[in-house]
Amino acid sequence: MTNQTHFDTLPNGLTVHLKEIHTAPIISSWVWYKVGSRNEHPGITGISHWVEHMQFKGTEKFPAGYLDREISRVGGIWNAMTYLDWTTYFETLPAAMADLSLSLEANRMVNSQFLPDEVDLERTVVISEREGNENQPYFLLNEAIQAAAFDRHPYHYEVIGLKGDLETITRDQLYQHYKRYYDPANAVLALAGDFEISEMRAKIEAHFGAIPTQGTPQVDFPAETPLGGERRVTVGGPGQTAYVQISYRAPSASDLDFFGLTVLDSLLTGPSSLNMFGSGGTTNKTSRLYRALVEGEIAVSCFGTLQATHDPYLYAINLTVHPDRTPEEVLRAVDDELKKVMDSPVTEEEIARAIKQAKALFAYSSENISNQAFWLGYPEMFADYDWFENYVNHLARVTPDEVLRIARSALNPDNRVVGFYLPEESQS
Amino acid sequence: MNKAPFTPQTTAMPSPDDITRETLPNGITILARSNFNSPTLSIRGYFPSGSLFDPDEKLGLSYLTANSLTSGTQHHDFQGLYNAIESVGARISFASGTLTSSLSAHSLSEDLDLVLGLLADCLRNPTFPEREFNRLKKQMLTGLAIRAQDTAAMASLLFDQIIYAGHPYERPDDGYFETVQAIEREDLEQFYRRTYGPQGLTIAIVGAVDPQAAVEAVKAALGDWVNPNQEALPELPPLDPISQAARKSLAIPGKSQADIDMGCQAPERPSPDYFPLLIGNNILGEFGMMGRLGKSVREDSGLAYYVYSSLSSSLGPGAWEMVAGVNPRNVDQAIDLMTAEIQRFVAEPVSAEELDDSKSLFLGRLPLMLESNGGVAVSLLNMERFDLGLDYFLRYPAKIQSVTAGEILEATRRYLDPEKLAIAVAGP
Repeated sequence: MTNQTHFDTLPNGLTVHLKEIHTAPIISSWVWYKVGSRNEHPGITGISHWVEHMQFKGTEKFPAGYLDREISRVGGIWNAMTYLDWTTYFETLPAAMADLSLSLEANRMVNSQFLPDEVDLERTVVISEREGNENQPYFLLNEAIQAAAFDRHPYHYEVIGLKGDLETITRDQLYQHYKRYYDPANAVLALAGDFEISEMRAKIEAHFGAIPTQGTPQVDFPAETPLGGERRVTVGGPGQTAYVQISYRAPSASDLDFFGLTVLDSLLTGPSSLNMFGSGGTTNKTSRLYRALVEGEIAVSCFGTLQATHDPYLYAINLTVHPDRTPEEVLRAVDDELKKVMDSPVTEEEIARAIKQAKALFAYSSENISNQAFWLGYPEMFADYDWFENYVNHLARVTPDEVLRIARSALNPDNRVVGFYLPEESQS
Repeated sequence: MNKAPFTPQTTAMPSPDDITRETLPNGITILARSNFNSPTLSIRGYFPSGSLFDPDEKLGLSYLTANSLTSGTQHHDFQGLYNAIESVGARISFASGTLTSSLSAHSLSEDLDLVLGLLADCLRNPTFPEREFNRLKKQMLTGLAIRAQDTAAMASLLFDQIIYAGHPYERPDDGYFETVQAIEREDLEQFYRRTYGPQGLTIAIVGAVDPQAAVEAVKAALGDWVNPNQEALPELPPLDPISQAARKSLAIPGKSQADIDMGCQAPERPSPDYFPLLIGNNILGEFGMMGRLGKSVREDSGLAYYVYSSLSSSLGPGAWEMVAGVNPRNVDQAIDLMTAEIQRFVAEPVSAEELDDSKSLFLGRLPLMLESNGGVAVSLLNMERFDLGLDYFLRYPAKIQSVTAGEILEATRRYLDPEKLAIAVAGP
């Protein structure tokens, strides 16, 4: 594909990424802010996510409900997501409606009101969202593991926040958080779809050019120290099924070792899909851990999660324990497999296969304009757009020796938290 | 604020001009449409085998049979099969519903013959190896143990038991613990011989491939498949209308959130009531931030993170569900609020503004629905299954535009009776 792209920065610091795609009369527009749970501390955990919710409550120019109606009535979709390092808002719309998207995002970058009544109503909605999460064993396990894996870094807390904080965060704290981080210099606007770049660039200037900036907000927290030895956490909960999550401190996305670990993860637990919307992945039945653990009837499923983050986060191996087995047996079997990749290099063929898979997954992700627009902005949250452009090339450069070196450092047991979810029915 | 309906650009709507349809002498129907925007393709299909064939004491048989097709064939063992699929980053899967089972695959377009060959091998030559059967059965039993802890899944199961009482649709396709436990490997072989064959198999192929080449590829892979013993699907018995209000609750101790699933029966897809209810449902619990239900339960009361309605219409009786996840304390209040919205919905017609907005959404949504190969493939299958005609999308705008508020009210009153609601709750 030879879709034209354009990258630049407005004088107020807003980063602009544009990509013409003329396959359907659609545009997808994303505004990314560098704010997430990484920018929180005890007392205000979950505040970034809550601010995201408040951004749907309307402004003086666009009262609540108005935009919902305007976007829905053209068949568009809009939503937002908050994660460790970022918060993002998107609209995917008929191309003729681009102005609505730009106008609303420019407006709520500065004009959201955070009315006290709305804050109170949304408090219980966010708590309800957390309670829905608490119904899931993997959430409970994950929360305990994050807490054990970071002593100083804000990655210690789940994005949704602690319930105690959700009960006490004030309107003013929310508003201050918004004012501090919702700044053009702290944002990336990415648009892909059926438009002409020069025309779209002019519209963006008109909508966003006059928004003042306070400069990039300073983010400081103490540096994390090494784990210094394996840690273990156990979570009890309802059910009959046990789960195991083994989480290793992982390199940040901008670290070149991230690509080696991506290849290693692909061999261990199967290739990860790049598709945020719709289907697009492949299965993992030929991966090393599936063959050893699932075919070996020690676990009933396994998957890996390696996330592209700003600071070093976690690489997790997740397993559902076979009903006739124990979490300890699962851990031993995983360790036996990991030992193999730490003892001797994987083959060139295995790496080549992982690259072919990554290329196919890349192709699937191009079927969808929302997905292409997502990737146009997302890498700026932890690296830059080149990271995405060179993703497959970086993977292709990974050598067996590198995989061996990374396996030995990243998969060192001193570098991990082992978490067990034990069903309470079988605990008694 | 009544506005003219949004007129979408209608480039590239699937139509008789660009859909290739061919029926083979052995009963297979092929639908194909090209899309050269990305080098990928999607294959979807269905065939008339399903849990309707399952004896009560072995419910889950159809489900397990469909999932076992990829366990091994006369030409490939389990690992050999998945090695061929995953090495090219493709995906192949089979699933079973009540009236049909389905197949789904995607790959790079260059791998069309490979993927069709493997699909055909799974369909025609499965061997149901003993070891893989035992493993899959254990996985399925674990899946049922996890389902038993899933408040939303259990509320939905209870809901089906109320609205489909005495009808085959009250049974979950994946069965119950005891019924799956009772299934033997020989049952799968027998089920396969009786119910699988080319009669009624419909396959859609969409992607970067010439439609005629896709048809030829299906012919080569499946054109000579015969099964003289293939049984026709049993006739679906009629369903008695709900005679009184009913409420079922299930305690799942230790959970944080309860799920509510309430509503009524719905017409089948070919019914003239379908379009009025499609739009009615959108106004009740989809449009914008989850329609009127979202406004009442989430926006105005702060009771739930998710609350919405959905209309499921296929062949045979359907379901119209109103769903919410709430704190256990708020179950009754949420049910009262949703019931009040239902009462209003059957008491008075929707406003001209709501109707106009919703119609506009359905017209504007088309390009988004049809941008991915998978989305188009599913639409082609629906045209065939529900006899909608290849010109369905050409007639669709007029169909939507012709719906009146009076028709919505009449159709709603035929199905939704606030005095006879089915209400299911699962939670702590």
